[in-house]
Amino acid sequence: MTPGLLFALTGIALFACGAAGVILAPHLLRKIISFNVMGSGAFLVLVGLAQRDGGVDAVSQAMVLTGIVVSIAATALALALARRLLNQCGEMRFPAETPDD
Amino acid sequence: MKLLPRLGVTAVFAVLAAVLVHAVLNLPEPAVRLGGAVDKALGQSGVSHPVTAVLLNFRGYDTLLETAVLLLALIGVLTASGQVPGSMRRLPSTPHAFLQSLARLVSPLMVLAAGYLLWAGSHRPGGAFQAAAVLAAGIILLYLAGLLPANAASTSSLRAGLLAGFLIFLALAAAPLRNGALLQYPVEMAGALILLIESGLTLSLALTLAGLFLCLPDEFEEEDD
Amino acid sequence: MTVLAFDLLLAASLLWSAIRALTAPDPFRAVVMFIVFGLLMALAWARLGAPDLALAEAAIGAGLAGALLFDSVGHLRARSGRRPK
Repeated sequence: MTPGLLFALTGIALFACGAAGVILAPHLLRKIISFNVMGSGAFLVLVGLAQRDGGVDAVSQAMVLTGIVVSIAATALALALARRLLNQCGEMRFPAETPDD
Repeated sequence: MKLLPRLGVTAVFAVLAAVLVHAVLNLPEPAVRLGGAVDKALGQSGVSHPVTAVLLNFRGYDTLLETAVLLLALIGVLTASGQVPGSMRRLPSTPHAFLQSLARLVSPLMVLAAGYLLWAGSHRPGGAFQAAAVLAAGIILLYLAGLLPANAASTSSLRAGLLAGFLIFLALAAAPLRNGALLQYPVEMAGALILLIESGLTLSLALTLAGLFLCLPDEFEEEDD
Repeated sequence: MTVLAFDLLLAASLLWSAIRALTAPDPFRAVVMFIVFGLLMALAWARLGAPDLALAEAAIGAGLAGALLFDSVGHLRARSGRRPK
């Protein structure tokens, strides 16, 4: 089993854990962390599958480099929105849904 | 969330993971091997490191748009922060003296490391993104040590610096349009053009990444009545 | 054979730190485990022959993301300290 294939399988597991965390975690900070874990899993799958024969693939590495930088921009934007919600509502959770009148 | 929906979601994702693992283990041979194609074309790209060549020459369009996406994210953070536009956050407490001395000692070294990473990207692992990350970390360290002036964030030269990287890249990408091809650098100038683009990118991305940290919403803002 | 053992250990540590980051009881601990996860990811990139990605993940994925998240944990603590429920 080449490192590429092994880390691609790890990436799948990380993606599944992260996706479950995004849906199940009520606290927004935890959702953001889960989103980052999901993204890292996807990057591992990208590079791992491209290199599963043992070579070095520069194109997928360049794409993942772009992806890492864009994912931290998305994290920062999500954190800005979460902090704004905290300032206005007092806690970092989505407001409880009220039944329609 | 109740237990049963929780178990349901976990089971769904476990099934997804199992299906994907099965798919990955039974993949056919790859139809295209891009690594070899990059190595063949590396001579014409102007740099000798394949990842830099792909980022700034072969797939330069993606990098150009990525710079724009980062600027959009910064605009989003500035909009969400709800304070005086473009101002930095206040520090919650005075920094420790040791942190100040450490920041004074380390930040010139970080600038040096960023410059080296930028230059080394043409023939070794490195490049604009790594250099920008180190430079942004230096700026944030200076802010956390209380050494950045409070009005550093609202001048027009800051805005010029943020836009410079994207505009230089756009100008150099659009210049060959007269000959009908976007981003088609002339081969003999490709190395110098890539270095110029990377320098602009390093500065802009460092300011953008630092701005993403420095312009987050504050806990001291006025409460809406 | 030893290289495969190292890879397996690294993959297992990646999964373990990610799960600990997602299930930690305290946001501060979750962020610490996330930074550990980021540094282990940098090692994984090095194992995959991607030194640029290792540099970028260590600086951006562990460093900058960790700073952003720690700052938000501090904001959360300050906010809930000021307004006790």
